[in-house]
Amino acid sequence: MTNSSSILEHGGVARRTSSALVVRALALTYLMVMLIIPLAVILQDGLRDGPGAMVRSIAKPVALHALMLSLWTAGLMAIINAVMGTLTAYVLVRYRFPGKALLNAIVDLPFAIPTLVTGVMLVVLYGPQRALGAWFDQNLGIKIIFAPPGIILALLFITFPFVTRAVQPVLLSLDRDQEEAAATIGAGSWTIFRRVVLPAIAMPLIAGTLLSFARAIGEFGAIVVVAGNIPLRSQTAAVYVLGEIESENQRAASAMSVVMLAIAFGLVVLVDYLQRKRDDG
Amino acid sequence: MMDEISDLERDKQTSRPADKQIGPEQVLSWSPGLPVSLSGRGWLKWLLIGIVIAYVAVLILAPLGALVAGAFSGGLGAIATALNEPDVLSAFWRTLLIAVIVVLVHTICGTAVAWVLVRQNFRGRRILNGLIDLPFAVSPVVAGYMLILLFGRTGVLAPLLAALGIQVAFALPGMIIATLFVTLPFMVRELMPILHAFGVEQEQAAATMGASGWQTFWHVTFPALRWGFIYGLTLTFARALGEFGAVLVIGGSVQGRTETATLYIFRALNDRQYVGAYSAALVLGLISLILVIGADLLRGKEH
Repeated sequence: MTNSSSILEHGGVARRTSSALVVRALALTYLMVMLIIPLAVILQDGLRDGPGAMVRSIAKPVALHALMLSLWTAGLMAIINAVMGTLTAYVLVRYRFPGKALLNAIVDLPFAIPTLVTGVMLVVLYGPQRALGAWFDQNLGIKIIFAPPGIILALLFITFPFVTRAVQPVLLSLDRDQEEAAATIGAGSWTIFRRVVLPAIAMPLIAGTLLSFARAIGEFGAIVVVAGNIPLRSQTAAVYVLGEIESENQRAASAMSVVMLAIAFGLVVLVDYLQRKRDDG
Repeated sequence: MMDEISDLERDKQTSRPADKQIGPEQVLSWSPGLPVSLSGRGWLKWLLIGIVIAYVAVLILAPLGALVAGAFSGGLGAIATALNEPDVLSAFWRTLLIAVIVVLVHTICGTAVAWVLVRQNFRGRRILNGLIDLPFAVSPVVAGYMLILLFGRTGVLAPLLAALGIQVAFALPGMIIATLFVTLPFMVRELMPILHAFGVEQEQAAATMGASGWQTFWHVTFPALRWGFIYGLTLTFARALGEFGAVLVIGGSVQGRTETATLYIFRALNDRQYVGAYSAALVLGLISLILVIGADLLRGKEH
């Protein structure tokens, strides 16, 4: 690459001035202080006694149960969200019906509402002393609050926009000639969706689902209200970390934090890779 | 036959309002029987719409309605009394203060980060770009805990802070840093694509005509970014108002000192002061909602 072309590509003119260097120094210092140093400190603390000690700390029944609860509730949520998010995006893009604009606005609602408030909402609706909560408990034997169903409901609420908003723009820009061609040769609705639409939206669908999963693993505000803090029953990984911090059990808190960070980091990198692959191809 | 025409065809027709009747070109564009595609079957369409609306109603609207009903169960007077308590008001003011400071810092530093990541090339740029999204995925509890390890009593920076006489953990500065961390991606991610799309030609032209770096930014780049700014700031502000886990861990939720609006809601819930908890939750939810909807409307105007 010649020098002049690299100047053109990277903003050239601004790059040469001293103010650009000042801005760069400001930006990098800010990221260093806000992002890199805190991450480094927690990694250092979690791995202080070696990875063996970290694994032993995670393998304790209470810790392992909390981590597993977070993983399976987030996993189940991700599957439901992938299906319902895609369906919502599809309905919003392809159909006209009264109230469509309202539905489109409601999709963003969970982004706006603080997750703690989401938790409060679910407790008001399904709490054991509430009519609906008591009905579920007595007639169906399903406990929602302080139990996994409440966790899954809270996660579904919070992550609802992730898949829909990832799929929607791609679906909107999709060229429909292929669908029409498939219809001409007699393909049914489901076949067209599976063979033509789904491959086209696969990347954003996977990216959105993974992001919602990553977000759900770390969710705290809604879950601490909905699930409470009952070890070995409804305590998730994030709530477990809080408990260990409060009882000044730093090693356990750090070990779980490092595991959660590793999962979050892995998923963010994976999503970044998927998106870049899509943009390149 | 007309009923069988897919929404696709209907879209095409409405997008050309001038010729609602089927003109010759349209006859050419749909040969008989062709567009009975996926969206064509009436019953399927309404089934799918029904499923989505039912899902949204159960998942989102029912809890929302329950909260409104719960807060109003004691009447409007009870809400006013509950929210008029001095500790509730001070919690809301503290939240507002943190959110305003966070927005100001991100306006400057977030813009700088976005600009540097788009316009400059340096080693590690790609990794940094990937790391920007991390606060979206990191648990707020872990975010608060990182700051405890840095600024807490036995933290890495404890000796330095003691020497300077600054308290960060269990005080406002720590809560501000925690909120800065969780809201880091909003401004940066909002501005980056706009900066990217805007390109460098106009900036270069301004520089060629002798404008300084700052003049170029203020008169050329900033106007292009304006809506992105407003949207990014609103999202940051809304998210900062609702932050809970990170400020709970680093702030310690000391009533009257480090208690924010969310922390008050949590305490009121634990103390079974339901009207207070529900009312404060409703107010906080409404403020965030109005902010985000307002930003959405602004964005709609821009396009």
